[in-house]
This record gives sequence, structure tokens and C-alpha cells, in this order.
Amino acid sequence: MLLLACMLACAFAGWAQDAKPAPELIVAAAADLSAALKEISDGYEKKTGVKLKLSFGASGALTQQIQNGAPFDLFFSADMDYPRHLVASGAADGATLYQYAVGKLVLWVPADSPLDLEHQGMRALLDPSVKKIAIANPQHAPYGRAAVATMKHAGVYEQVSDRLVLGENVSQAAQFVESGNAQAGFVALAHAVAPGMQGKGKYWEVPAGSYPQLAQGVVVLSHSQHKKEAAELIQYIKSKEVVDLLKNYGFRVAPN
Amino acid sequence: MAIDWQAFWLTLQLAVLVSAVLLVLGLPIAYWIAYSRWRWKFLVEAIVALPIVLPPTVLGFYVLVALGPRSPLGRWWISLTGHTLAFTFGGLVIGSILYSLPFAVQPFAASFAGVDRKLIAASATLGASPLRTFFRVIAPLSIPGLITGTALSFAHTMGEFGVVLMVGGNIPGITRTISIDMFDRVQASDYASANATALLLLVFSFAVLAVVYGVNRKAWVIGPIKY
Repeated sequence: MLLLACMLACAFAGWAQDAKPAPELIVAAAADLSAALKEISDGYEKKTGVKLKLSFGASGALTQQIQNGAPFDLFFSADMDYPRHLVASGAADGATLYQYAVGKLVLWVPADSPLDLEHQGMRALLDPSVKKIAIANPQHAPYGRAAVATMKHAGVYEQVSDRLVLGENVSQAAQFVESGNAQAGFVALAHAVAPGMQGKGKYWEVPAGSYPQLAQGVVVLSHSQHKKEAAELIQYIKSKEVVDLLKNYGFRVAPN
Repeated sequence: MAIDWQAFWLTLQLAVLVSAVLLVLGLPIAYWIAYSRWRWKFLVEAIVALPIVLPPTVLGFYVLVALGPRSPLGRWWISLTGHTLAFTFGGLVIGSILYSLPFAVQPFAASFAGVDRKLIAASATLGASPLRTFFRVIAPLSIPGLITGTALSFAHTMGEFGVVLMVGGNIPGITRTISIDMFDRVQASDYASANATALLLLVFSFAVLAVVYGVNRKAWVIGPIKY
């Protein structure tokens, strides 16, 4: 009995210790950041003790969740429009809006693909071996809109539109190709160069002028209870350490 | 504000096809479950019930990877049909059959097991074959269970979401079901269309279930049921 009481007391002591305010930020982030932001989060926690809880999805889908009261502190979008939209509707703090990177779109095929992307470029999509082309859903994913724009720019959209399969976000589009179910796909350069994808495929960088620039913004959300910590995280995102990391993942970071 | 009727009809076709296949496929399985005395029968029952417990994402994962072009089974399927299981209507049909199997088989089996054994024995002593006994004695007495099972597998397929989201690829007219369309509308903050679609599905689902339960209670006489 005494032992049991002691165990209970110890358990409560441990629980009480855990309950001490360990700062924690809940972060909504575009799917193209899935690998990079995990790395940034690890580094940030080591440095400051602030833990980041990451939630990835299509930027449009996350925006919709935020508008309906999802308890996020910050939002890393894959474009600037969704954060601006949130600022306009009062759901985000416009003063904190910061363009942290410019994303790049690539055409990605599995390693065993017969396609020669370097020479064929967008024409590779017309190859008969390409039965399905994976893109992110253009309705709510900026990378999906970029993919449609670049196909239209190259004049191949009409010919391949019945071969498109839509991923919920750009990560699912990448998964469709990586699993071999689609033969080609438009993914983020950040996916193509992520450690988990090394050796699994080859990619071709889509010419930057052929789709609207994927300038990506981060913003602190209005109902965050941790605005100070959130602003500090944005400061950290501007540090050379993070800028270098983002560049390693294929993002372009405009000098401030 | 618009309802995607193409997605609605596609989903209806899928649900009718799947519940029809499950009616044919489910009868022998349910018969075996109801009457077999094999000591390991519970294992088969557990396998049939698996989709109730298994997250749809697990099934979706297997369709994409274990039955994808990187696996021997997937390559065999491609050599047979010329395409992957993912992103096709046929793929959705197969996935839905697996996923709705218990919703058909369990009510079937329960109603078969509820048929008075004396009637089955009487039919046999009168010289009827097991098949004749099934169609003349067991099946007519199990009609409520057959209706319930078919309606449940139909309803379950109408409302299927997770598997389709994972393996469908959202192709209009082929794999964009009404639940996926609904999801897209909400994600794109198109609440007017989402509202219209939601209301349509609410009314439709209620109507289907009301008819099924009404028929089951014999609120209307639908045919010469003799006892």
C-alpha cells in the first residue's frame, strides 16, 4: 500500500514536472517544406528549447483550416496569396508577413525511366510510355497551379490533360511517381533533392519563366497565444544558418 | 454554386456495381460462415471483418505499393490489364469490394444463421439438394438480411473517402467521386457548392436508408411474400 502511494506520488511529481511551461509552437506548413522544416525544427529546438509541432498540407487546405479556427501559431505557405488573404480577413498579422523562400518546380521521373529529361524537357510528357502524370491539385496547391501553368506555357497541356492525376498536395504527387504508379510528375525541387529521394529518380528543373514565381510567405496567426515566440522563429528563419539550409533544399532565398 | 453531377453519377455507378458484386460474392461466403463447422472458421470470420477495423489508409497503401508496378503482384496485374490498379475505375471497384465486404457478408451470415434448422432439415429429408434448399428455404427467409447487407455495402461505397483519396488520383469522370469533390470544395473554401453537395448527399442517403428500413418493416408490400 505504502509502495503504491509512493509510486503514485512519484508519477504525479513527474507529471507536474512535465507540465512546466515548455514553449511549443504549432506550425502549419506547405507540403514542399516537409523535409526542410523538420531539419529547421530540430536545429531550433536544440538551440532554444522551443519545440515545433509541424502540420503539413496543401497551402489552400491549411488556409481553409486556419480560417475555421485551427490552433496554429504560424503558417508557412507555398505562395504569398494565401497568407495575404489571411491578413486581409484578419486571421493573420500583416506586420509579420515575410517571404522566406522562392520554390522551384521540377519534372521528376523514377530512376529506371527511359525518358531523357535533359534533352526532351517538357516534350518528355508526350512520350507514349507516360500514362499518368502526377501534379498537386491546382484547386488548392500552388505547386499544382504552377504545373498547369508550365504545361500550358509549353503547349502540351491539352494533349496530356487526360493523363493527369491529382495529389492532395505536392507530397502526394511525389509519392504517386515515387511508388511507380505515375510515370512522371511535377514536384518541388525540395522533394527531388530531399535525402529520402536520393537515387530514386532524376529531375529536370522547369524554366523559371514558364510559371508564376512560387514566392513563399510565412505569417504569424492572429489567435496565436505565443506571438513573441512565433516572431522569434521568423527571425531565426532569416538567419544565415536557415538560409543556407533552404538553399541546400533547392529554394532560392532573396537577399534582404 | 454547383453540384458536380458527373462525380455524383460516377459514385452511384461505383456503389451499384460494388453492392451487386458483393451480393453475388457475399452469398457463398456468408453461407459458409453460417454453416461451416471447421474449427478454424473464426480466422476466416476475422479476415472478413478486417476492413471494419483497418484504416482505409492501410488498404490505400497496399494498393499503391504492394499492388503497384514495383511489386511482382502489381506487374502481373499490369501485364493482365495494361495499367496499374491505382488511378482507374476498376481499381476503385476492387478496393471498394474489399473495403465493403464485411458490410455485406456479416448481415447475410447473421440472417442465414437465424433460419430455423428444422426447416432446412425438412427440406433435405424431402429430397431437396443443398442448393435448392438455399434458394427455396434459406434465401427467402433471409430477405431482410440480404436487403440490409446490400444497402449497407451500397451506402458504405457511396461514402467511401480514404481509399479513393489515396489511390484515385482525382480524375474527373473516372476516379473523382462525390466525397472527393466535396473535400475539394471545402479545401478551396467554396462553401456554397459544398453546401449544395452536402445537402444532396444528406437527402439522398436518408432517402435510400428510409426505403431500405421501410421495405424491411414491410411498410409497403413489395411482392407476394408467402409464409
